[in-house]
Amino acid sequence: MINWANFISQLFNGLVLGALLALISSGLTIIYGTLGVLNLAHGAMFMLGGYAGWVAFTYTGSFVVAVIAGSLFVALVGIVMERLIIRHFYNRPHEDQLLVTFGLGIVFVELVRFGFGSLSKSVPPPAPLVGITDLGFMVYPTYRLALLGIISVALLALYLLLYRTRLGMIVRAGIEDSVMVDSLGINVYKIFMVVFGIGAMAAGFAGIVNAPVVSIAPDVGEAILVQTFVVVVIGGVGSFPGAVLGGLIAGELISLTSMVNPAYSYVMLFVVMTLVLVFRPRGLLGAVGRE
Amino acid sequence: MSDSKLQNGEIPGISRRNALQLSAGTLLTTFGGLQWAYAADQPAMGTWPEGSKGDTVYLGAAVPLTGTYAVQGADELKGWELAVEHMNTNHALMKKLAPKVNNGVLGKKVALVFADSGAKPNQALQSQQTFINKNKVVLMTGSTSSAVAVALNKFAQREKILYMPGISGSNDTTGKDCVRYGFRQGFFGEMAANAIGPVLVKNFGKNRKAAFMTPDYTYGHTTTQSVADYLTKEAGWTVVTNQVSPLGTQDFSQYLTNIANSGAEFLVNVNWGRDAVLSSQQAKQFGLLPKMTLVLPYQIPFFAKEAGVEISEGVFAATDFWWTLEDKYPLAKMFVEAFQKKYGYRPEWGAENAYVSFAHWARMVTEAGSFYPPDVIKQWEKGEVIPSLLGDFAYRAEDHQYLHPVVIVRGKAKKDMKNPEDFWEVVEVVDGAKVIQPANAFGCKLGDYT
Repeated sequence: MINWANFISQLFNGLVLGALLALISSGLTIIYGTLGVLNLAHGAMFMLGGYAGWVAFTYTGSFVVAVIAGSLFVALVGIVMERLIIRHFYNRPHEDQLLVTFGLGIVFVELVRFGFGSLSKSVPPPAPLVGITDLGFMVYPTYRLALLGIISVALLALYLLLYRTRLGMIVRAGIEDSVMVDSLGINVYKIFMVVFGIGAMAAGFAGIVNAPVVSIAPDVGEAILVQTFVVVVIGGVGSFPGAVLGGLIAGELISLTSMVNPAYSYVMLFVVMTLVLVFRPRGLLGAVGRE
Repeated sequence: MSDSKLQNGEIPGISRRNALQLSAGTLLTTFGGLQWAYAADQPAMGTWPEGSKGDTVYLGAAVPLTGTYAVQGADELKGWELAVEHMNTNHALMKKLAPKVNNGVLGKKVALVFADSGAKPNQALQSQQTFINKNKVVLMTGSTSSAVAVALNKFAQREKILYMPGISGSNDTTGKDCVRYGFRQGFFGEMAANAIGPVLVKNFGKNRKAAFMTPDYTYGHTTTQSVADYLTKEAGWTVVTNQVSPLGTQDFSQYLTNIANSGAEFLVNVNWGRDAVLSSQQAKQFGLLPKMTLVLPYQIPFFAKEAGVEISEGVFAATDFWWTLEDKYPLAKMFVEAFQKKYGYRPEWGAENAYVSFAHWARMVTEAGSFYPPDVIKQWEKGEVIPSLLGDFAYRAEDHQYLHPVVIVRGKAKKDMKNPEDFWEVVEVVDGAKVIQPANAFGCKLGDYT
């Protein structure tokens, strides 16, 4: 017999986790879609966002400042990384891109470990969001409920940026055909830099807003990176709506499976990814030709 | 005890090979001098004799410096480093634990080589293989994950190189998967269960409902089994749910939601390292704590520091060592002082376990007067009572487990802390011999010497 209280709580867990995965994945998928670079340092961007935010929080005691500082810092890291290193790899084989981004990820993690040690760091949620909210049909941590709203707003902002601005139009055109965009007289490389910054910022923002839920440590990005890739594959590589859909599917899959048997929740995730790869190789919402 | 296998047509105790060795030895003694007889009695095996030919012997540690157990691994590594330094410099504490240490061991300087295991068995095996090839290590150590300990146990037996796991809480390490070449200094799940069980029953009574959280590998499963068995059989407790999660889980919301709806009064968290910190912090977020009473049957070094005193306050845990025991035990005081002087903080039990492991190895080698592994093992198996930081105890010859006491602690409230590291009060020091299971309870078969 289904325990309804448990079922609804798990639905919520899935929604929160799904939103988080969607946000991180959207950054990854925008970068890949536009630049053709699979950024294996994306998990490290998530981690850096958490640490930068934590440092800002330690000095100011303000959660809002922490979120802004964390996001901007990671956007800056993304831009510098693109300017100094990544752009030299645009015309290199995919393996080289994977290796260099993987290496950068390790460097970031080890630098943080060297600077801050392995003990995990906590950032408390802002005072009004501490505690538990009784929704009538269930009780749920207040900050997790708020997180759902915070991430939804961030995703909406990203959506508006991509679909309602000139920059977004160029980025989307770049995803379809970057050579054409270039020949139209638009400096694709400057756009690439901005895109990398935005993509990294999405991960960094996720890193700091998630810090009150899961306290941060140098390795936090590693675990989330794998799930993020699964989300991108399910949703369709390069597709922003795909990242959101993939994230929600992954979140609910993990949560609802764990209600029956937690040991199988990640297995189910890979089963679904495999099914998608077999029956729809370009992902649920992926563009044709991006397989 | 004979270490040769009895085969058809052979005299018990003397195999054809032994007979040949014996005659060859006699001949060589006559014509080649004593040195040769020694070599014939002690055939080359593992890294012997290469490993102890130079002026330095190497000890190889595969220790988690990244991942879920990174914090505990780093503390352990410091314990090994300090022990090696003390062996080479005749530190007073090392002389108490291993009196024949003299500027090193048997005339050799001791050096530590280490690599990150990430708490993964494969990575640990690869590191140890490199240490064997490159440094000819005479002792392997490191785990902080019993999955690694069990894998290295088997590897040690195959390679004929001594192994001490360091932190390893699984019953299997010196139980089902025990080996002739492995020796464990620290306590483990079954001992923890038998030590903390009576304290829980005394404080909380009979017929209570508990939810367990278990990491999905040998340590988690065996410890949960032991603790649950004790509470259900001795005091009629009920296990209402057991949530098993993979090592390195970040978000425990799914598991906690299942527990929230289970009707449990106690949250017995068998998770370890960062898994335990995150799951306990999130249990508080979900309102499970303080509604349920948290219990940590196998205590986690730095848990209180990482998770916060508001979570560790009032929590009962079983541990190997806590630094305030220095008030009662002189050797513990020497250790805490030396460690704090070098590293700037008071050691937790990862470092203590590591230090004492190495000291015991040094003692056995110097007492045996040889690095030849079977001689060292036989010295160990004499079962002599030898010192630890908490008094003098013996290794049990049948399963190579040290009968170390189990320390029961309870988390202090912030207002009662006398300094920033005063997280736990010692409730009881339980005699290890009284809480350990019979040597054959988990099916230990040690295997061969050679």
